[in-house]
Amino acid sequence: MELSHIAVFCAAAIPFAFLPPRARGWLIFILSALAIYWLQPTLDIRWLDYSLPTATLVVTVICWWITRAPDQAPAPRQNTVALVVLIAVALVLTLPRYIEIPPELEITSRPPPVEQVALVLVIALIAGLGFGRLPRTVSIPFGLIGLVIALVVLKTDVLAAGVAGLLRTGSGQDVTLAKALDLGWLGFSYVAFRLISTLRDRQMGILPALTLREYVTYVIFFPAYTAGPIDRPEKFMPQYRGVETINPRDPQRITVAVTRIVIGMIKKFAIADTLALISLSAVSADQAGSSLALWGMLYAYAFRIFFDFSGYTDIAIGIGILFGITLPENFDRPYSKSNIAQFWQSWHATLSAWARSYVYSPLSRRLISGKKLSNDATILVCNLATMIVIGLWHGVTIPFFVWGVWHALGLTAHKLWSDRTRTWYRGLQEKPERARVWKFAGILLTFHFVVIGWVWFALPTAGLAAQVIGRLVGIGW
Amino acid sequence: MFATMKSWKWLTGGAYTWGFIARVIVKAAVLFAVINVVYALLDPIPFLGRLSLYNLLVPGRERLPYGESAASNNLSLSSIEAMFGSHEISQPKPADEFRLIVIGDSSVWGILLENADTLAGQIDALNLTIDGRRVNAYNLGHPILSVTKDLMILDQAMHYQPDAILWSVTLESLPYRDQLTPPLVANNAPRVRDLIARFDLPIDPNDPALIERTFWDRTLIGDRRALADWFRLQMLGFAWSASGIDQVIGDYTPRSNDFSTDPSWNAFPDETNIPADALAFDVIAAGHTLAGDVPVLLVNEPIYIADGENSDIRYNAWYPRWAYDQYRTLLTDEAAANGWQWIDLWDAIAPEEFTDSPVHLTPSGSRQLTERIAAALLERITR
Repeated sequence: MELSHIAVFCAAAIPFAFLPPRARGWLIFILSALAIYWLQPTLDIRWLDYSLPTATLVVTVICWWITRAPDQAPAPRQNTVALVVLIAVALVLTLPRYIEIPPELEITSRPPPVEQVALVLVIALIAGLGFGRLPRTVSIPFGLIGLVIALVVLKTDVLAAGVAGLLRTGSGQDVTLAKALDLGWLGFSYVAFRLISTLRDRQMGILPALTLREYVTYVIFFPAYTAGPIDRPEKFMPQYRGVETINPRDPQRITVAVTRIVIGMIKKFAIADTLALISLSAVSADQAGSSLALWGMLYAYAFRIFFDFSGYTDIAIGIGILFGITLPENFDRPYSKSNIAQFWQSWHATLSAWARSYVYSPLSRRLISGKKLSNDATILVCNLATMIVIGLWHGVTIPFFVWGVWHALGLTAHKLWSDRTRTWYRGLQEKPERARVWKFAGILLTFHFVVIGWVWFALPTAGLAAQVIGRLVGIGW
Repeated sequence: MFATMKSWKWLTGGAYTWGFIARVIVKAAVLFAVINVVYALLDPIPFLGRLSLYNLLVPGRERLPYGESAASNNLSLSSIEAMFGSHEISQPKPADEFRLIVIGDSSVWGILLENADTLAGQIDALNLTIDGRRVNAYNLGHPILSVTKDLMILDQAMHYQPDAILWSVTLESLPYRDQLTPPLVANNAPRVRDLIARFDLPIDPNDPALIERTFWDRTLIGDRRALADWFRLQMLGFAWSASGIDQVIGDYTPRSNDFSTDPSWNAFPDETNIPADALAFDVIAAGHTLAGDVPVLLVNEPIYIADGENSDIRYNAWYPRWAYDQYRTLLTDEAAANGWQWIDLWDAIAPEEFTDSPVHLTPSGSRQLTERIAAALLERITR
């Protein structure tokens, strides 16, 4: 999100505040559908910056179709209207191809011809309908596998570049220029995780019944589209349904929302973007002349990534509040936590919670019921699986893999340590001075454990990351 | 409503009314207006420019800030005060130092050269002494072709007690018509007008190229770019001190050796003679006046002399032979008439020592040039 996006989203809260209550949910729905086109950056492959948001809508509609509640009527009027609205959005956004629009009002770059879009949408609709008629035991696993494959392809440079090559061939563009960045599908990481959670929840029978409008709005809710937080449907939906009953002109709501947005903008655009000038990167790591300089860059990176991401979250939460929806918190002073488990409960907390729900818990249940591993080994395996998933979600690369392993080892070590020192810790509570010293030491240790982990996160290759870690402790100069 | 915002109780716990919001908006608007007006009246950038983390928390830069790539830890800005504030010349002058300032264009600044390989860096490496004092050369070159820019920098540099001035010029930096267009000059209209008035320069002080700052431009909002540049310059000081890098030196496209038969000179494409009074020798004369008792050594900097196709028409991509030959004659005459100390090193460096332009040198080319200049410096300054 850039400043212009934030300004327009805030401005959209004005008509929202004066609309009839029944229209508010529809406005959020339509705004979200438009926003995913507007937020999508321009891409080098012809029509792709139009096609990817359209694909997001198509995939979301198909996932709704296969996850609708068993007792849910197949197509009540509201769902049909929602589908028509989505199709209309996709078709209307092809109009700049035919009529002159001022550049500042263009939502996408030159879109494909309307008849081609209509044809693709009809085919997708028929295919989706057919897919949705398969038994759930088939369609949902297929849906899950499809989403995971899409994520892996998008997050693996060589695969993404391969797909980009195919798309370039199809569009008659130079294949030799194909690169992973050609497939810059904004927001898909978050969309995929939300879709996966609905598919899994439907498998487990805990997904609430959702109309198409509710489902699509949950998946692509515009404040949280690019960088989360990842809400849960059962928490999001009561608020979304409740927008008809809120007072959108409530000064309490507006003050909190605007304050949150302003704080987020200061964090993101003033603090984080300033720290970016001096924080660790492939270039600055290569230029650093001493261990001290590297440590400085690394600290700058640690605070930059915190202020950047938590700033984004503040902005998303603030905009959400303007539209009557309070998104979950993602950050709660993570660098002040005294152990790594607490850190992960307060750093990108909605992603951690997602991974706990859909990776850690199912896996640990299976391993425990199988009784093939010891408790400690079960914890290690589950932590490894969870943190590697989180790592690879950022990109299928060795550094992200190592970053995941690093945190998994840290979480496991902490769990084993805390299990074995529980009694001692209880005794420590009676000695407040000593407890404070231990807590401070824990904060320092946790912070530096996380900071060293950022080396793997910040640098593009494992070799460079390993070299930097060596240099941080004076080796390899 | 805000059940999930547990750590934001300080915000969610308040009771806000429309009256509260209105009061906040009015107060904020008044405060905003007052701050902008006060800022405009104070015009603090020149003062802020002198406040610098350089030479305090981080070492001063060895050349003036210039460039816009993230990897170069550098940026271009228009505040002369901030530029000098970040430079090592802002440190107090040691008693045993013979302070030599070197001004000129990109060849002096050192495009594609490490600091140690620039003219100033190479002079330092020679460990010269004059009057028993160690010669310390300060690189005040800036990659803009305009002697008016050089004069503006010299004007500021005179506050830093130079003992001698080395001024490197070439024909491209002399046409009057191009003096005011570089952003550094255009954005410093008051300084340029002051120089025009002090030295009675034949430059129109109302030239539209000079950017006039309105009251709005001087407000906090209008001046935000200058303020951001000053702040970025301070932050980049940490990256500069951590790396010692202020320029990314990578691959480059070598200067051309073959040319078309076109004999025109870009500055005056329709001429075959340099028009009378077209070159800013008056600005060089003003520099000498400005220097006062501080000796100035003027250098006609080396140019690439091509041997490829149509090199009988052009010395290089910049200069047709007729124009450059006329310039040298004019410079010789002006120097003689004004009594300037100068050396003509136009052909002093072999063609293979030039990099991406007709005036940029390799490290070894820069070393050869330095040896020639150092000899002249010792001879003429100590004369």
